[in-house]
Amino acid sequence: MQTAGRIKPPMTADNGWWWEQAAQQVLAIQRCTSCETLRHPPRPMCNRCRSLQWDFIAASGRGTLASYTVLEHPQFPGYQYPIAIALVELEEGERITAQLVGIEPDDITFGMPLQVSFQADPDGFVLPVFEPAEEN
Amino acid sequence: MENSLKNQAAIAGVGQTRYSKESGVSELSLASEAVANCLEDAGLAPGEVDGMVSYTLDSSDEIEVAQCVGIGDLNMFAKINYGGGAAVGLIQQAAMAIASGVCNNVVVWRAMNGRSGRRMGQGTGQQIVSSDLIHWSWYQVYGMLTPASWVAMIAHKYMHTYNVPNDTLASVATTQRQFAVSNPAAFGYQKPMSTEDYYHSKMVSYPLRVFDCCQETDGGCALLITSTERAKSLKQTPAVIRAVTQASVQGQEQMTSFYRDDIASLPEMEYAAKRVYAMSGLGPDDIDAACLYDAFTTEIVMQLESFGFCGRGEAKDFIADGHIGPGGRLPNNTHGGLLSEAYIHGVNNIAQAARLIRGNAVNQPDKTVDHVLVSSGVGVPTGALILGRD
Repeated sequence: MQTAGRIKPPMTADNGWWWEQAAQQVLAIQRCTSCETLRHPPRPMCNRCRSLQWDFIAASGRGTLASYTVLEHPQFPGYQYPIAIALVELEEGERITAQLVGIEPDDITFGMPLQVSFQADPDGFVLPVFEPAEEN
Repeated sequence: MENSLKNQAAIAGVGQTRYSKESGVSELSLASEAVANCLEDAGLAPGEVDGMVSYTLDSSDEIEVAQCVGIGDLNMFAKINYGGGAAVGLIQQAAMAIASGVCNNVVVWRAMNGRSGRRMGQGTGQQIVSSDLIHWSWYQVYGMLTPASWVAMIAHKYMHTYNVPNDTLASVATTQRQFAVSNPAAFGYQKPMSTEDYYHSKMVSYPLRVFDCCQETDGGCALLITSTERAKSLKQTPAVIRAVTQASVQGQEQMTSFYRDDIASLPEMEYAAKRVYAMSGLGPDDIDAACLYDAFTTEIVMQLESFGFCGRGEAKDFIADGHIGPGGRLPNNTHGGLLSEAYIHGVNNIAQAARLIRGNAVNQPDKTVDHVLVSSGVGVPTGALILGRD
Protein backbone atom coordinates (compact mmCIF):
# COMPACT_ATOMS: atom_id res chain seq x y z
CA MET A 1 0.00 0.00 0.00
CA GLN A 2 1.19 3.49 -0.71
CA THR A 3 -0.19 6.88 0.10
CA ALA A 4 -0.26 9.21 -2.87
CA GLY A 5 -3.89 9.55 -3.73
CA ARG A 6 -5.35 7.52 -0.89
CA ILE A 7 -8.59 9.28 -0.15
CA LYS A 8 -8.39 10.33 3.49
CA PRO A 9 -11.55 10.56 5.56
CA PRO A 10 -12.87 14.02 6.37
CA MET A 11 -12.24 14.41 10.10
CA THR A 12 -15.45 15.58 11.72
CA ALA A 13 -16.96 15.44 15.19
CA ASP A 14 -18.64 12.17 14.25
CA ASN A 15 -15.65 10.20 12.97
CA GLY A 16 -12.37 12.04 13.60
CA TRP A 17 -11.97 10.58 17.09
CA TRP A 18 -12.04 7.05 15.64
CA TRP A 19 -9.12 7.80 13.33
CA GLU A 20 -7.24 9.45 16.20
CA GLN A 21 -7.55 6.18 18.08
CA ALA A 22 -6.44 4.22 15.03
CA ALA A 23 -3.35 6.45 14.85
CA GLN A 24 -2.55 5.16 18.33
CA GLN A 25 -3.14 1.58 17.18
CA VAL A 26 -6.47 1.26 18.94
CA LEU A 27 -9.37 -0.33 17.09
CA ALA A 28 -12.20 1.60 18.71
CA ILE A 29 -15.84 0.61 18.93
CA GLN A 30 -18.22 3.38 19.89
CA ARG A 31 -20.36 2.66 22.97
CA CYS A 32 -23.47 4.39 24.26
CA THR A 33 -22.73 5.49 27.83
CA SER A 34 -26.42 5.29 28.70
CA CYS A 35 -27.37 1.77 27.55
CA GLU A 36 -23.89 0.47 26.68
CA THR A 37 -24.91 -0.60 23.18
CA LEU A 38 -21.92 -0.86 20.84
CA ARG A 39 -22.17 0.65 17.39
CA HIS A 40 -20.07 0.79 14.26
CA PRO A 41 -19.71 2.77 12.05
CA PRO A 42 -19.89 5.63 14.56
CA ARG A 43 -22.86 7.96 14.61
CA PRO A 44 -23.78 10.75 17.04
CA MET A 45 -26.93 9.21 18.58
CA CYS A 46 -27.75 5.79 20.03
CA ASN A 47 -30.58 4.32 17.96
CA ARG A 48 -31.80 2.25 20.92
CA CYS A 49 -32.07 4.90 23.65
CA ARG A 50 -31.54 8.22 21.79
CA SER A 51 -28.65 9.17 24.04
CA LEU A 52 -26.11 11.59 22.58
CA GLN A 53 -23.53 10.55 25.16
CA TRP A 54 -20.96 7.99 24.12
CA ASP A 55 -17.47 6.71 24.73
CA PHE A 56 -15.68 3.78 23.17
CA ILE A 57 -14.01 0.51 23.98
CA ALA A 58 -10.80 -0.83 22.53
CA ALA A 59 -11.72 -3.89 20.51
CA SER A 60 -9.66 -7.03 20.96
CA GLY A 61 -8.97 -6.90 17.23
CA ARG A 62 -9.99 -10.53 16.82
CA GLY A 63 -12.76 -11.58 14.50
CA THR A 64 -13.83 -13.78 11.64
CA LEU A 65 -14.38 -13.16 7.94
CA ALA A 66 -18.08 -12.53 7.24
CA SER A 67 -17.60 -11.67 3.56
CA TYR A 68 -14.98 -10.31 1.21
CA THR A 69 -14.24 -9.00 -2.24
CA VAL A 70 -11.07 -8.52 -4.24
CA LEU A 71 -10.75 -5.23 -6.10
CA GLU A 72 -8.99 -5.51 -9.46
CA HIS A 73 -10.50 -2.90 -11.77
CA PRO A 74 -10.62 0.03 -12.22
CA GLN A 75 -7.32 0.89 -10.54
CA PHE A 76 -6.86 4.23 -8.81
CA PRO A 77 -3.60 6.01 -8.05
CA GLY A 78 -2.50 5.61 -4.47
CA TYR A 79 -3.62 1.99 -4.09
CA GLN A 80 -1.86 -1.26 -5.01
CA TYR A 81 -3.88 -4.00 -6.65
CA PRO A 82 -5.37 -6.47 -6.16
CA ILE A 83 -6.92 -5.22 -2.92
CA ALA A 84 -8.70 -7.76 -0.72
CA ILE A 85 -11.40 -6.15 1.39
CA ALA A 86 -12.79 -7.96 4.40
CA LEU A 87 -16.06 -7.58 6.21
CA VAL A 88 -14.97 -8.66 9.68
CA GLU A 89 -17.27 -9.97 12.39
CA LEU A 90 -15.50 -8.72 15.50
CA GLU A 91 -15.71 -10.88 18.59
CA GLU A 92 -17.48 -7.98 20.33
CA GLY A 93 -20.34 -8.54 17.85
CA GLU A 94 -19.92 -5.49 15.62
CA ARG A 95 -18.78 -5.67 12.00
CA ILE A 96 -16.09 -3.56 10.37
CA THR A 97 -14.85 -3.16 6.79
CA ALA A 98 -11.09 -3.06 6.24
CA GLN A 99 -8.34 -4.26 3.97
CA LEU A 100 -7.18 -7.86 4.32
CA VAL A 101 -3.40 -8.31 4.05
CA GLY A 102 -0.91 -11.12 4.38
CA ILE A 103 -2.83 -13.62 2.30
CA GLU A 104 -3.22 -14.46 -1.38
CA PRO A 105 -6.76 -13.80 -2.65
CA ASP A 106 -7.17 -17.46 -3.64
CA ASP A 107 -6.45 -18.59 -0.09
CA ILE A 108 -9.16 -16.47 1.55
CA THR A 109 -12.04 -18.46 3.06
CA PHE A 110 -15.31 -17.42 4.65
CA GLY A 111 -15.23 -17.66 8.43
CA MET A 112 -11.45 -17.63 8.70
CA PRO A 113 -10.06 -16.09 11.91
CA LEU A 114 -8.56 -12.63 11.54
CA GLN A 115 -6.55 -10.25 13.66
CA VAL A 116 -6.21 -6.49 13.33
CA SER A 117 -2.88 -4.84 12.68
CA PHE A 118 -2.05 -1.23 11.96
CA GLN A 119 -0.39 -0.04 8.83
CA ALA A 120 1.29 3.35 8.55
CA ASP A 121 1.55 5.08 5.20
CA PRO A 122 4.82 6.95 4.52
CA ASP A 123 3.03 10.21 5.27
CA GLY A 124 2.16 8.90 8.74
CA PHE A 125 -1.51 8.13 8.15
CA VAL A 126 -2.37 4.98 10.11
CA LEU A 127 -5.18 2.66 9.22
CA PRO A 128 -6.37 -0.66 10.62
CA VAL A 129 -6.01 -3.69 8.38
CA PHE A 130 -6.69 -7.35 9.12
CA GLU A 131 -4.53 -10.41 8.59
CA PRO A 132 -5.04 -14.13 9.05
CA ALA A 133 -4.85 -15.31 12.67
CA GLU A 134 -4.54 -18.61 14.44
CA GLU A 135 -7.85 -20.00 15.68
CA ASN A 136 -9.35 -17.57 18.18
CA MET B 1 -53.51 -0.14 2.99
CA GLU B 2 -54.84 3.34 3.79
CA ASN B 3 -53.84 6.24 1.55
CA SER B 4 -53.54 3.81 -1.30
CA LEU B 5 -52.28 5.14 -4.58
CA LYS B 6 -53.81 2.15 -6.33
CA ASN B 7 -55.16 3.01 -9.79
CA GLN B 8 -55.05 6.77 -9.16
CA ALA B 9 -52.55 7.58 -11.87
CA ALA B 10 -51.01 6.12 -14.99
CA ILE B 11 -47.97 6.44 -17.20
CA ALA B 12 -49.37 8.08 -20.31
CA GLY B 13 -46.22 9.04 -22.17
CA VAL B 14 -42.77 7.60 -22.77
CA GLY B 15 -39.90 9.37 -24.49
CA GLN B 16 -36.23 8.84 -24.92
CA THR B 17 -33.21 10.07 -26.79
CA ARG B 18 -30.75 7.98 -28.72
CA TYR B 19 -28.64 5.93 -26.31
CA SER B 20 -24.94 6.18 -27.12
CA LYS B 21 -21.45 6.28 -25.68
CA GLU B 22 -20.94 9.90 -26.74
CA SER B 23 -23.96 12.08 -27.22
CA GLY B 24 -22.00 15.17 -28.25
CA VAL B 25 -24.63 17.33 -26.54
CA SER B 26 -25.26 18.60 -23.02
CA GLU B 27 -27.24 16.76 -20.38
CA LEU B 28 -29.80 19.59 -20.51
CA SER B 29 -30.18 18.89 -24.21
CA LEU B 30 -30.75 15.19 -23.54
CA ALA B 31 -33.25 15.93 -20.77
CA SER B 32 -35.20 18.37 -22.92
CA GLU B 33 -35.28 16.03 -25.91
CA ALA B 34 -36.48 13.12 -23.75
CA VAL B 35 -39.21 15.24 -22.13
CA ALA B 36 -40.34 16.69 -25.46
CA ASN B 37 -40.49 13.20 -27.01
CA CYS B 38 -42.46 11.97 -24.00
CA LEU B 39 -45.09 14.73 -24.36
CA GLU B 40 -45.30 14.08 -28.11
CA ASP B 41 -45.84 10.39 -27.40
CA ALA B 42 -48.64 11.20 -24.98
CA GLY B 43 -50.20 13.88 -27.16
CA LEU B 44 -50.03 16.47 -24.40
CA ALA B 45 -49.07 20.13 -24.91
CA PRO B 46 -46.10 21.28 -22.80
CA GLY B 47 -48.25 24.00 -21.25
CA GLU B 48 -50.37 21.29 -19.63
CA VAL B 49 -47.47 20.00 -17.53
CA ASP B 50 -47.64 21.34 -13.97
CA GLY B 51 -45.19 19.11 -12.11
CA MET B 52 -41.62 17.92 -12.72
CA VAL B 53 -39.51 15.34 -10.90
CA SER B 54 -35.99 14.05 -11.45
CA TYR B 55 -32.95 12.70 -9.59
CA THR B 56 -30.75 14.63 -7.17
CA LEU B 57 -27.93 13.34 -9.37
CA ASP B 58 -29.46 14.90 -12.48
CA SER B 59 -27.59 18.02 -13.53
CA SER B 60 -30.55 19.70 -15.25
CA ASP B 61 -32.75 21.92 -13.12
CA GLU B 62 -36.48 21.62 -13.59
CA ILE B 63 -36.77 25.24 -14.66
CA GLU B 64 -34.06 24.88 -17.30
CA VAL B 65 -35.83 21.88 -18.82
CA ALA B 66 -39.09 23.81 -18.56
CA GLN B 67 -37.56 26.73 -20.46
CA CYS B 68 -36.33 24.44 -23.22
CA VAL B 69 -39.54 22.47 -23.64
CA GLY B 70 -41.92 25.39 -23.20
CA ILE B 71 -43.43 24.24 -19.94
CA GLY B 72 -45.08 27.10 -18.04
CA ASP B 73 -46.70 27.23 -14.61
CA LEU B 74 -45.49 24.55 -12.19
CA ASN B 75 -47.17 23.51 -8.91
CA MET B 76 -44.59 20.92 -7.84
CA PHE B 77 -40.94 20.22 -8.56
CA ALA B 78 -38.81 17.75 -6.69
CA LYS B 79 -35.65 15.73 -6.89
CA ILE B 80 -35.32 12.27 -5.40
CA ASN B 81 -32.13 11.07 -3.70
CA TYR B 82 -30.00 7.90 -3.78
CA GLY B 83 -28.92 7.44 -7.37
CA GLY B 84 -30.81 4.66 -9.11
CA GLY B 85 -32.74 4.16 -5.88
CA ALA B 86 -34.75 7.17 -7.03
CA ALA B 87 -36.20 5.47 -10.12
CA VAL B 88 -39.73 4.47 -9.12
CA GLY B 89 -39.59 7.11 -6.40
CA LEU B 90 -40.18 9.58 -9.22
CA ILE B 91 -43.37 7.71 -10.06
CA GLN B 92 -44.50 7.71 -6.44
CA GLN B 93 -43.89 11.46 -6.17
CA ALA B 94 -45.89 12.06 -9.33
CA ALA B 95 -48.70 9.71 -8.30
CA MET B 96 -48.97 11.41 -4.89
CA ALA B 97 -49.17 14.82 -6.54
CA ILE B 98 -51.93 13.64 -8.85
CA ALA B 99 -53.90 11.69 -6.24
CA SER B 100 -53.84 14.67 -3.87
CA GLY B 101 -54.92 17.13 -6.54
CA VAL B 102 -51.71 19.13 -6.40
CA CYS B 103 -50.91 18.38 -10.04
CA ASN B 104 -52.65 17.25 -13.19
CA ASN B 105 -49.71 16.19 -15.35
CA VAL B 106 -46.25 15.39 -14.04
CA VAL B 107 -43.23 14.72 -16.21
CA VAL B 108 -40.29 12.81 -14.74
CA TRP B 109 -36.92 12.17 -16.34
CA ARG B 110 -33.28 11.18 -16.03
CA ALA B 111 -30.69 12.35 -18.56
CA MET B 112 -26.97 11.87 -18.32
CA ASN B 113 -23.76 11.79 -20.24
CA GLY B 114 -22.94 8.65 -18.28
CA ARG B 115 -20.14 7.56 -20.59
CA SER B 116 -18.63 10.69 -22.14
CA GLY B 117 -19.18 12.70 -18.96
CA ARG B 118 -19.17 11.54 -15.36
CA ARG B 119 -18.81 7.73 -15.29
CA MET B 120 -20.35 6.09 -12.23
CA GLY B 121 -18.19 2.98 -12.60
CA GLN B 122 -15.00 5.00 -12.55
CA GLY B 123 -15.19 5.74 -8.90
CA THR B 124 -16.26 8.44 -6.56
CA GLY B 125 -12.86 10.05 -6.07
CA GLN B 126 -13.01 13.44 -4.45
CA GLN B 127 -16.01 14.41 -6.56
CA ILE B 128 -18.68 12.58 -4.63
CA VAL B 129 -22.06 14.24 -4.98
CA SER B 130 -23.62 12.88 -1.81
CA SER B 131 -23.42 15.02 1.27
CA ASP B 132 -22.71 11.88 3.25
CA LEU B 133 -18.96 12.17 3.01
CA ILE B 134 -18.34 10.35 6.24
CA HIS B 135 -20.30 7.31 5.12
CA TRP B 136 -18.29 6.92 1.93
CA SER B 137 -15.00 7.65 3.67
CA TRP B 138 -15.06 4.37 5.60
CA TYR B 139 -14.69 2.64 2.22
CA GLN B 140 -12.76 5.11 0.07
CA VAL B 141 -9.81 5.02 2.44
CA TYR B 142 -9.28 1.34 1.53
CA GLY B 143 -9.85 1.81 -2.19
CA MET B 144 -13.53 0.90 -2.35
CA LEU B 145 -14.53 3.67 -4.71
CA THR B 146 -17.04 2.09 -7.08
CA PRO B 147 -20.57 0.73 -6.84
CA ALA B 148 -19.19 -2.68 -7.89
CA SER B 149 -16.82 -2.69 -4.92
CA TRP B 150 -19.66 -2.00 -2.47
CA VAL B 151 -22.20 -4.32 -4.08
CA ALA B 152 -19.73 -7.22 -4.29
CA MET B 153 -19.56 -7.69 -0.53
CA ILE B 154 -23.27 -8.52 -0.10
CA ALA B 155 -23.41 -10.39 -3.42
CA HIS B 156 -20.50 -12.61 -2.43
CA LYS B 157 -22.03 -13.32 0.98
CA TYR B 158 -25.31 -14.25 -0.69
CA MET B 159 -23.59 -16.54 -3.20
CA HIS B 160 -21.57 -18.24 -0.47
CA THR B 161 -24.60 -18.71 1.79
CA TYR B 162 -26.77 -20.30 -0.91
CA ASN B 163 -24.10 -22.01 -3.04
CA VAL B 164 -24.85 -19.88 -6.07
CA PRO B 165 -22.45 -20.69 -8.91
CA ASN B 166 -20.86 -18.06 -11.13
CA ASP B 167 -22.82 -19.65 -13.98
CA THR B 168 -25.97 -18.08 -12.52
CA LEU B 169 -24.50 -14.62 -13.04
CA ALA B 170 -23.37 -15.58 -16.53
CA SER B 171 -26.89 -16.72 -17.30
CA VAL B 172 -28.40 -13.38 -16.23
CA ALA B 173 -25.90 -11.47 -18.36
CA THR B 174 -26.34 -13.59 -21.48
CA THR B 175 -30.13 -13.80 -21.15
CA GLN B 176 -30.55 -10.05 -21.02
CA ARG B 177 -28.09 -9.65 -23.88
CA GLN B 178 -30.18 -12.06 -25.88
CA PHE B 179 -33.10 -9.63 -25.55
CA ALA B 180 -30.92 -6.61 -26.37
CA VAL B 181 -29.66 -8.21 -29.58
CA SER B 182 -33.08 -7.55 -31.14
CA ASN B 183 -33.57 -4.07 -29.61
CA PRO B 184 -32.36 -1.37 -32.03
CA ALA B 185 -32.12 1.16 -29.18
CA ALA B 186 -29.83 -1.07 -27.15
CA PHE B 187 -26.07 -1.07 -26.77
CA GLY B 188 -26.28 -4.83 -27.24
CA TYR B 189 -28.20 -4.58 -30.53
CA GLN B 190 -26.86 -7.25 -32.87
CA LYS B 191 -24.01 -7.94 -30.41
CA PRO B 192 -24.62 -11.40 -28.94
CA MET B 193 -22.80 -12.48 -25.79
CA SER B 194 -21.85 -16.11 -25.18
CA THR B 195 -21.10 -17.69 -21.83
CA GLU B 196 -17.50 -17.86 -22.99
CA ASP B 197 -17.53 -14.12 -23.70
CA TYR B 198 -18.84 -13.59 -20.20
CA TYR B 199 -16.02 -15.54 -18.57
CA HIS B 200 -13.46 -13.73 -20.71
CA SER B 201 -14.57 -10.35 -19.42
CA LYS B 202 -12.29 -8.63 -16.95
CA MET B 203 -12.69 -9.21 -13.23
CA VAL B 204 -13.79 -5.99 -11.53
CA SER B 205 -14.50 -6.80 -7.90
CA TYR B 206 -14.95 -10.48 -7.14
CA PRO B 207 -17.45 -12.01 -7.94
CA LEU B 208 -18.36 -9.23 -10.38
CA ARG B 209 -16.85 -9.14 -13.87
CA VAL B 210 -17.26 -6.34 -16.42
CA PHE B 211 -20.19 -8.23 -17.95
CA ASP B 212 -21.89 -8.37 -14.56
CA CYS B 213 -21.93 -4.57 -14.61
CA CYS B 214 -24.41 -2.31 -16.38
CA GLN B 215 -23.62 -0.06 -19.29
CA GLU B 216 -22.39 3.49 -18.98
CA THR B 217 -24.61 5.48 -21.31
CA ASP B 218 -25.22 8.93 -22.69
CA GLY B 219 -28.96 9.43 -23.01
CA GLY B 220 -32.21 10.54 -21.50
CA CYS B 221 -35.56 8.98 -20.78
CA ALA B 222 -38.78 10.65 -19.63
CA LEU B 223 -42.26 9.57 -18.55
CA LEU B 224 -45.55 11.43 -18.25
CA ILE B 225 -47.79 10.59 -15.30
CA THR B 226 -51.38 11.78 -15.21
CA SER B 227 -54.66 10.67 -13.68
CA THR B 228 -55.91 7.33 -14.93
CA GLU B 229 -59.05 9.04 -16.23
CA ARG B 230 -57.13 11.69 -18.14
CA ALA B 231 -54.72 9.10 -19.48
CA LYS B 232 -57.61 7.39 -21.26
CA SER B 233 -58.21 10.53 -23.32
CA LEU B 234 -54.58 10.75 -24.46
CA LYS B 235 -52.94 8.94 -27.36
CA GLN B 236 -51.52 5.82 -25.72
CA THR B 237 -52.84 2.87 -23.77
CA PRO B 238 -52.38 3.89 -20.12
CA ALA B 239 -50.02 1.88 -17.94
CA VAL B 240 -51.99 2.17 -14.72
CA ILE B 241 -50.08 2.41 -11.45
CA ARG B 242 -51.49 -0.46 -9.40
CA ALA B 243 -49.00 0.18 -6.62
CA VAL B 244 -45.87 2.19 -6.01
CA THR B 245 -43.66 2.77 -3.01
CA GLN B 246 -40.26 3.92 -1.92
CA ALA B 247 -38.53 1.65 0.59
CA SER B 248 -35.79 2.07 3.14
CA VAL B 249 -35.40 -0.04 6.29
CA GLN B 250 -33.53 -0.02 9.57
CA GLY B 251 -29.78 -0.21 9.15
CA GLN B 252 -30.05 1.17 5.63
CA GLU B 253 -26.91 2.45 3.98
CA GLN B 254 -26.10 3.06 0.32
CA MET B 255 -24.86 -0.31 -0.96
CA THR B 256 -22.87 -0.79 2.26
CA SER B 257 -25.56 -2.13 4.59
CA PHE B 258 -22.96 -4.47 6.06
CA TYR B 259 -23.86 -4.01 9.70
CA ARG B 260 -27.39 -5.38 10.05
CA ASP B 261 -28.28 -8.94 11.02
CA ASP B 262 -28.90 -10.48 7.61
CA ILE B 263 -26.30 -9.57 5.02
CA ALA B 264 -27.25 -12.27 2.50
CA SER B 265 -30.52 -10.70 1.36
CA LEU B 266 -32.14 -7.36 0.45
CA PRO B 267 -34.42 -6.34 3.35
CA GLU B 268 -35.36 -3.01 1.74
CA MET B 269 -36.50 -4.84 -1.40
CA GLU B 270 -38.53 -7.29 0.68
CA TYR B 271 -40.18 -4.30 2.31
CA ALA B 272 -40.90 -2.79 -1.10
CA ALA B 273 -42.40 -6.13 -2.21
CA LYS B 274 -44.65 -6.32 0.82
CA ARG B 275 -45.90 -2.79 0.19
CA VAL B 276 -46.65 -3.10 -3.52
CA TYR B 277 -48.33 -6.48 -3.16
CA ALA B 278 -50.51 -5.18 -0.32
CA MET B 279 -51.41 -1.97 -2.17
CA SER B 280 -52.23 -3.72 -5.44
CA GLY B 281 -53.88 -6.80 -3.98
CA LEU B 282 -51.63 -8.81 -6.29
CA GLY B 283 -48.97 -11.42 -5.61
CA PRO B 284 -45.97 -12.85 -7.41
CA ASP B 285 -48.17 -15.22 -9.40
CA ASP B 286 -50.01 -12.24 -10.93
CA ILE B 287 -46.85 -10.67 -12.32
CA ASP B 288 -46.39 -11.50 -16.00
CA ALA B 289 -43.09 -9.77 -16.68
CA ALA B 290 -40.53 -7.77 -14.74
CA CYS B 291 -38.04 -4.97 -15.18
CA LEU B 292 -35.93 -5.52 -12.08
CA TYR B 293 -33.16 -3.02 -11.48
CA ASP B 294 -29.98 -4.49 -12.86
CA ALA B 295 -26.91 -2.39 -12.24
CA PHE B 296 -25.29 -5.79 -11.53
CA THR B 297 -26.33 -9.35 -12.42
CA THR B 298 -26.36 -10.44 -8.79
CA GLU B 299 -29.12 -7.93 -8.11
CA ILE B 300 -31.47 -9.81 -10.42
CA VAL B 301 -30.70 -13.09 -8.67
CA MET B 302 -31.37 -11.71 -5.21
CA GLN B 303 -34.48 -9.73 -6.16
CA LEU B 304 -36.23 -12.80 -7.56
CA GLU B 305 -36.27 -13.99 -3.95
CA SER B 306 -37.08 -10.57 -2.43
CA PHE B 307 -40.22 -10.37 -4.57
CA GLY B 308 -41.25 -13.95 -3.83
CA PHE B 309 -40.90 -15.47 -7.30
CA CYS B 310 -39.02 -18.28 -5.58
CA GLY B 311 -37.81 -19.11 -2.09
CA ARG B 312 -34.56 -18.13 -0.41
CA GLY B 313 -31.64 -19.69 -2.22
CA GLU B 314 -33.82 -20.92 -5.09
CA ALA B 315 -33.18 -18.12 -7.59
CA LYS B 316 -30.28 -20.03 -9.14
CA ASP B 317 -32.68 -22.83 -10.09
CA PHE B 318 -35.38 -20.38 -11.23
CA ILE B 319 -32.84 -18.82 -13.58
CA ALA B 320 -31.37 -22.15 -14.73
CA ASP B 321 -34.90 -23.25 -15.63
CA GLY B 322 -35.14 -20.35 -18.08
CA HIS B 323 -37.89 -18.46 -16.28
CA ILE B 324 -36.41 -14.98 -16.83
CA GLY B 325 -35.68 -15.48 -20.53
CA PRO B 326 -37.72 -15.41 -23.74
CA GLY B 327 -40.91 -17.45 -23.32
CA GLY B 328 -40.21 -17.85 -19.61
CA ARG B 329 -42.54 -17.59 -16.67
CA LEU B 330 -41.17 -14.10 -15.88
CA PRO B 331 -39.43 -12.50 -18.85
CA ASN B 332 -37.15 -9.94 -17.22
CA ASN B 333 -35.79 -6.78 -18.81
CA THR B 334 -36.93 -7.74 -22.28
CA HIS B 335 -35.26 -4.60 -23.67
CA GLY B 336 -31.89 -5.72 -22.31
CA GLY B 337 -32.09 -3.68 -19.13
CA LEU B 338 -29.32 -1.56 -17.69
CA LEU B 339 -26.93 -4.41 -18.44
CA SER B 340 -27.46 -4.50 -22.18
CA GLU B 341 -29.80 -1.73 -23.34
CA ALA B 342 -28.61 1.40 -21.55
CA TYR B 343 -27.93 2.78 -18.12
CA ILE B 344 -30.43 5.59 -17.74
CA HIS B 345 -30.50 4.98 -14.02
CA GLY B 346 -33.59 2.77 -14.17
CA VAL B 347 -35.97 5.14 -15.95
CA ASN B 348 -35.49 3.17 -19.17
CA ASN B 349 -36.62 0.06 -17.28
CA ILE B 350 -39.84 1.83 -16.26
CA ALA B 351 -40.28 2.91 -19.90
CA GLN B 352 -40.02 -0.70 -21.02
CA ALA B 353 -42.55 -1.76 -18.40
CA ALA B 354 -45.04 0.85 -19.68
CA ARG B 355 -44.52 -0.40 -23.24
CA LEU B 356 -45.07 -4.00 -22.14
CA ILE B 357 -48.43 -2.93 -20.72
CA ARG B 358 -49.24 -1.12 -23.97
CA GLY B 359 -48.42 -4.36 -25.76
CA ASN B 360 -45.97 -2.85 -28.24
CA ALA B 361 -42.63 -3.28 -26.50
CA VAL B 362 -39.57 -4.61 -28.20
CA ASN B 363 -39.52 -8.37 -27.52
CA GLN B 364 -43.15 -8.22 -26.38
CA PRO B 365 -43.78 -11.65 -24.84
CA ASP B 366 -46.12 -13.97 -26.70
CA LYS B 367 -48.66 -13.92 -23.89
CA THR B 368 -51.00 -11.47 -22.22
CA VAL B 369 -49.09 -9.04 -20.05
CA ASP B 370 -51.48 -7.70 -17.43
CA HIS B 371 -49.00 -6.76 -14.74
CA VAL B 372 -45.35 -5.73 -14.82
CA LEU B 373 -43.16 -5.27 -11.77
CA VAL B 374 -40.39 -2.66 -11.74
CA SER B 375 -37.83 -1.92 -9.04
CA SER B 376 -35.41 0.87 -8.20
CA GLY B 377 -31.71 0.70 -7.40
CA VAL B 378 -30.60 -2.25 -5.30
CA GLY B 379 -28.87 -2.04 -1.93
CA VAL B 380 -29.76 1.63 -1.65
CA PRO B 381 -32.98 3.25 -0.43
CA THR B 382 -35.17 1.90 -3.18
CA GLY B 383 -38.74 1.19 -4.24
CA ALA B 384 -41.06 -0.88 -6.39
CA LEU B 385 -43.85 -0.28 -8.89
CA ILE B 386 -46.53 -2.50 -10.38
CA LEU B 387 -48.09 -1.36 -13.64
CA GLY B 388 -51.31 -2.82 -14.99
CA ARG B 389 -53.62 -2.67 -17.99
CA ASP B 390 -57.20 -1.38 -17.82
